[in-house]
Amino acid sequence: MKVILENFGLFWLGFISTLKLLGVSGIGALLLGTLMASLRVSPFGSFRALSAIYTELLRNTPLTLVFFFCVFVLPKLGIVLDFQISAIVALTAYTAPFVAEALRSGINGVPIGQAEAARSLGLRFDQVLTLVVLPQAVRMVIPPLINVFIALTKNTSVAGGFFVFELFSVGKRLANLHGSAVVPILVGIACFYLLITVPLGQLSQRLEARIALVR
Amino acid sequence: MSSSVLYDAPGPKTRRVSNIVSIVGLLAIGSALAWLLATLAAPREIRPGLVQPGLFDSSRWNIFYEPFQGYSPFQVWYGIFTGLAATFSAAVVAALLAMSLALVVCLLRLTKNAGVRVPTAVMLEFLRGMPILLMMLFILLVSGISVFWVVVVSLALYNGAVIGEAIRSGIQSLPRGQREAGLALGLSSIQVRLIIELPQALRQMMPTIIAQLVVLLKDTSLAYIIGYEDLLKKITHLSNFYGDRYFFSVFFVALVAYLLVNLSISRFAWHLSKHVH
Repeated sequence: MKVILENFGLFWLGFISTLKLLGVSGIGALLLGTLMASLRVSPFGSFRALSAIYTELLRNTPLTLVFFFCVFVLPKLGIVLDFQISAIVALTAYTAPFVAEALRSGINGVPIGQAEAARSLGLRFDQVLTLVVLPQAVRMVIPPLINVFIALTKNTSVAGGFFVFELFSVGKRLANLHGSAVVPILVGIACFYLLITVPLGQLSQRLEARIALVR
Repeated sequence: MSSSVLYDAPGPKTRRVSNIVSIVGLLAIGSALAWLLATLAAPREIRPGLVQPGLFDSSRWNIFYEPFQGYSPFQVWYGIFTGLAATFSAAVVAALLAMSLALVVCLLRLTKNAGVRVPTAVMLEFLRGMPILLMMLFILLVSGISVFWVVVVSLALYNGAVIGEAIRSGIQSLPRGQREAGLALGLSSIQVRLIIELPQALRQMMPTIIAQLVVLLKDTSLAYIIGYEDLLKKITHLSNFYGDRYFFSVFFVALVAYLLVNLSISRFAWHLSKHVH
C-alpha cells in the first residue's frame, strides 16, 4: 500500500497519458472509421472494394502485429516515427475498421421501408439521410461504438509494451522495482483501467436497454 | 446495391455515372499503389555510403529459396513454422480452457445462492474490464509457471469471462416455459439447466462464441510482449540472424502465413455459425 501512495504521482501521470492515447486515437479512429463506412456504403464499386479489403485485413491482424509493423518495420522502410506517434497510428489504424463496422451495421439496421416511405413522401436524398435514416442509425450505433471504445481503452496497454509511457508501463516499471509489492501495484493499475471501462460499460448497457424499449 | 436504405435502385444514367466514378477511383487507388511499390523498389541509402538494394531485388528475398552461407532455405521456413505453431498451440489450449471455464462461470453466475452469485459477478466484471496484457504481467510475476501457461491461463480467464456472460445472456433470453416445463416433468433445477437450457443457449450464442474465439486467437500475439517465443519473436530472431535487409521480407512472409490461417479460421467459423443457425 505504501508503494502506491509514494508513487501516486507516477500512477497519475500514467493514467493521464493513457487518457491522452485513448482520446487522440479514439478521435482518429472515429474519423477514419466514418470515412471507411461511407466508402463501404457508397454506390461506387472500387471504393467499396478498397474499404472492404482494408477492413477485412486489419480486423484479422492482431494489434500486436500492427504495433510491430509501425515500430519495427516502418523504420526499415525509411519511415521513422516517434514511439508515441507510432502508437497512435497503430491504435487508430486498428480501431477504425471496428468503428466502420459498427456504423455500417447501424445504417443497414434501418429497415428499407423507412427510406422508401420517406422517398415516396418526396424527401430529397439529404433529407432522407438527415431526417429519417441517420437519427435511427445513430441510436443503434452508440452502444456498439461505446464497446469499441472500451476495447480501445484496454488496447492502449499494448503501447506500453512498445516503449510508450502509460499505465501499463508504469505498472511494469514499479513491479520490477518493488518485487515485494507486485500484487498491490498491479491491482492499483487495474483499478485505473476499470475507472474508465466500467462506467463506459454501464453507460452502454443503459443506452441499450433504453433503445430496446423504444423499438 | 439493389436494396440499400440510402439509395434508390439506380437508373441507366446513374449507373453510368457511378461506373465512371468507380473506374476513376480504381485508377486513383491503382496509381497510389504503383507509386508506393515504385518507392519501395528504389534502392535506398540507409547510411552515408551504404546503399541497400530495392525491396524487390532478389538479394532481399533469396533466403527463402536458395542456400544462404551454408544454411538451406528450409531453415527460414522452419523458423516461421515453429513461430506459427507456438502461437496457435497456445490459442488452442486457451480456447479449450476458456470454454470449460465459461460453462462453470455461467452456472455460478445463475445460482440462487447470492453468496456465490454476487462474488462471481464482481469477479467477472473485474476480469472483463482490465487489459489482458496486465493480467499476463500479473500472472507472470506472481506465479512461477512457464510463459506458455501464463499466456494460456490469462487468455482463458479473460475469454472465459466474456463467453460465460454470452452464454448467460443466451440462457436468460430463453422463454420461461422451457424451465417451467422441465421442472414440471420432475427434473431438478440443475438438470433443467444442463440438459434443457444450456444446449439451446449454446446453439443460440454460437456466432458470438466463435467470434470471441477468433478474438482469442488474435490476442495470443500479446504473448510477444511478455517474452513468449511466438511468431513475432521468431521474426526478430530470423532477421537478426540473416541480417537487417531481410527484416521486411521475413515479416511479410510471416504476416501472410498468419493471415492465411487466421482468415480461413474466421471463414470456417462464419460457415459454422450459419450452419448451426
